[in-house]
Amino acid sequence: MPLAQTQTSVPVVVDDDLCIADKGCTVCVDVCPLDVLRIKDMAEGPKSKTAFMQYDECWYCMPCEADCPTGAVTVNIPYLLK
Amino acid sequence: MDEILDGISQIDCDVLVIGGGTAGPMAALKAKRKNPEANVVLLDKANVKRSGAIAMGMDGLNNTIIPGHATPEQYTKEITIANDGIVDQAPIYRYAQGCYEIIQELDSFGIRFQKDQNGEYDVKKVHHIGTYVLPMPNGDTVKKALYRQLRKARINISNRYMATRLLTGEGRIAGAICVNTRTAEFLVVRAKAVVMCLGAAGRLGLPTSGYMYGTYENPTNTGEGYSMAYHAGADLANLECYQINPLIKDYNGPACAYVAGPMGGYTANAEGERFIECDYWSGQMMQEFYDELQSGKGPVYLKLNHLAEETVAEIERVLHIVERPTRGHFHKNRGTDYRKQMIEMHISEIGFCSGHSASGVFVDENARTSVQGLYAAGDMANVPHNYMLGAFTNGAFAGLDAVDFIKDVDFAKFDHGDVEAERNRVLAPTKRDDGIPPNQIEFKTRRLVNDYLQPPKVTAKMETAQRRFAEVRDDMQNAMYVQNAHELMRSLEASTIMDCAEMAASASLYRTESRWGLYHNRVEYEKDDENWFCHTLLKKGENGLPESRKQDVKPYIVEIEDDEKDAYDKQRVQPTEAAE
Ligand SMILES: Cc1cc2nc3c(=O)[nH]c(=O)nc-3n(C[C@H](O)[C@H](O)[C@H](O)COP(=O)(O)OP(=O)(O)OC[C@H]3O[C@@H](n4cnc5c(N)ncnc54)[C@H](O)[C@@H]3O)c2cc1C
Ligand code: SF4
Ligand code: SF4
Repeated sequence: MPLAQTQTSVPVVVDDDLCIADKGCTVCVDVCPLDVLRIKDMAEGPKSKTAFMQYDECWYCMPCEADCPTGAVTVNIPYLLK
Repeated sequence: MDEILDGISQIDCDVLVIGGGTAGPMAALKAKRKNPEANVVLLDKANVKRSGAIAMGMDGLNNTIIPGHATPEQYTKEITIANDGIVDQAPIYRYAQGCYEIIQELDSFGIRFQKDQNGEYDVKKVHHIGTYVLPMPNGDTVKKALYRQLRKARINISNRYMATRLLTGEGRIAGAICVNTRTAEFLVVRAKAVVMCLGAAGRLGLPTSGYMYGTYENPTNTGEGYSMAYHAGADLANLECYQINPLIKDYNGPACAYVAGPMGGYTANAEGERFIECDYWSGQMMQEFYDELQSGKGPVYLKLNHLAEETVAEIERVLHIVERPTRGHFHKNRGTDYRKQMIEMHISEIGFCSGHSASGVFVDENARTSVQGLYAAGDMANVPHNYMLGAFTNGAFAGLDAVDFIKDVDFAKFDHGDVEAERNRVLAPTKRDDGIPPNQIEFKTRRLVNDYLQPPKVTAKMETAQRRFAEVRDDMQNAMYVQNAHELMRSLEASTIMDCAEMAASASLYRTESRWGLYHNRVEYEKDDENWFCHTLLKKGENGLPESRKQDVKPYIVEIEDDEKDAYDKQRVQPTEAAE
């Protein structure tokens, strides 16, 4: 069976200006129990890298936000249950 | 990251602890401290720093037995009655005797518990009979404190490895097969003893919001503990006694009776009236909750709007900071305020979890399963109403016994064909060019769980579930398709969820009576003490399908008087009281 791409809005937002993934930080990726955050390369802007939510599989539990050293992460309630 | 790599390595250890949430760290610590020479490995699917039910911390210990407040006899009696009598008391009694020492140990780790002006533990009454709930003012530090102890004791920690199958040989445990969740590389761990602390089966039912990860339990816990024990030939007890909890609607977190109750909050119907005597979570209480939802007096609410401002502020401080800290965001989005209105509640999806009910891998008072050298503790073992302190204490018992067990044994020989077979099973979805992604297999399984297994339980519906599960299993085994290592983890979870769903159906069909209130409400059958005052044990049969049998409840250590037996049956507030 062929696959389709279905869009979904993700609950966790990273402020690229605050994120220091380009300095080697991976804290939020390391602590997430569901392992849904990743670091990506940035095509433009002053930063080469930033963290982002790759998979919409979130328990809205908050370790990513609580442990981020720069306060770059915001956990929102997933849209389906908001 | 997430690229599928082809690799397999092997390590050896004395004691392998699988799951580093709550019970696991304590098992590892106790084993290592008792025998510092022992090589103890703690392995987790997530990161031990922030994993499991207590990833962000906890509001309090729900079940302490502290001298001066409660006795082991009283607690054992209460838990026996709350579980309709179907318990072996030995593990409960041993827990009740041992947990005070664990509280003191946690205290020494820097985890503080609430004390009154006289410096005594400030224990609250929530249960029907006794007083056991102890608040934790700095409950957000639990994980950090545990992690410090693990580092200090030099426990070897392996994060992001998901255990998928146990290895057995010579009639006992031989180790476990694990898969890296980010590379799909295999790790075979040979171990003389294995302690399983993999938590609940939290992704069994589908939350009513439809969001697959919006579960009551930490959704990392998909039930591999149950599934691995099953495939290794261990006994699982009373799986028909589901976990179903009263929660904040949609948010799906605890309401929470144990925090708000002692401060004057309660569960009310749409008319603002109290309808249950005791907000402590039990099957009988859930039945009353369900009945109220179905009646013209639903929905059901958490009522705090009659309380003083300082009290509400204090409840908010606890509920919105520690256990599920996004709860404050949720209420803000909805514009709901405890001061102004009652908060709508609902019942959770079904799951397996002894933390709040009674089902799980069968263990004795040393946390030993029916497979030699294999232990289980916490939410996945069948010690009823375990909660967090039960996970810590029984984890400790498991670690202490396991480290004695390894003294006299060497590694058990296992069949290397088992490793090869598991590799083929795991990697099958990576070998196809297209097919059905794991999220659709999982969604369909869980949707069927809701449609056909959720109580009230009906025979024809459960049989339909079994037929439909077989179809989905066929798709899963022959057409599931994954593109990277992360999806591969989800595909393995889909298979665990299917195993648990099939066990839930099979166990529920076997017990032809109703018991534990809503948890096993089989509408066609009444409660039947004559034929069913017993455990049901499920294991993998010769034909590869679940097989159940009865097992006697062991003679009680603490006798229950006839007039005490139904204390938990009388949950509905009588009309005269309700009118007050
Ligand atoms: C929202 C919520 C609120 C609660 N509130 C309270 C409370 O206030 N007071 C109280 O006493 N109790 C409370 N409980 C219950 C208590 O937290 C649990 O009973 C207890 O923490 C369970 O411990 P555990 O070790 O069995 O599981 P967990 O702590 O969940 O640990 C399971 C571990 O296994 C790992 N794992 C899972 N699958 C695999 C695999 N295949 N391979 C490797 N590792 C794996 C997970 O990553 C996790 O680290 C609450 C539970 C929840 C969910
Ligand atoms: S923890 Fe914060 S700073 Fe570090 S990578 Fe994540 S978002 Fe960026
Ligand atoms: S809220 Fe929890 S599950 Fe969601 S991204 Fe953050 S750590 Fe992961």
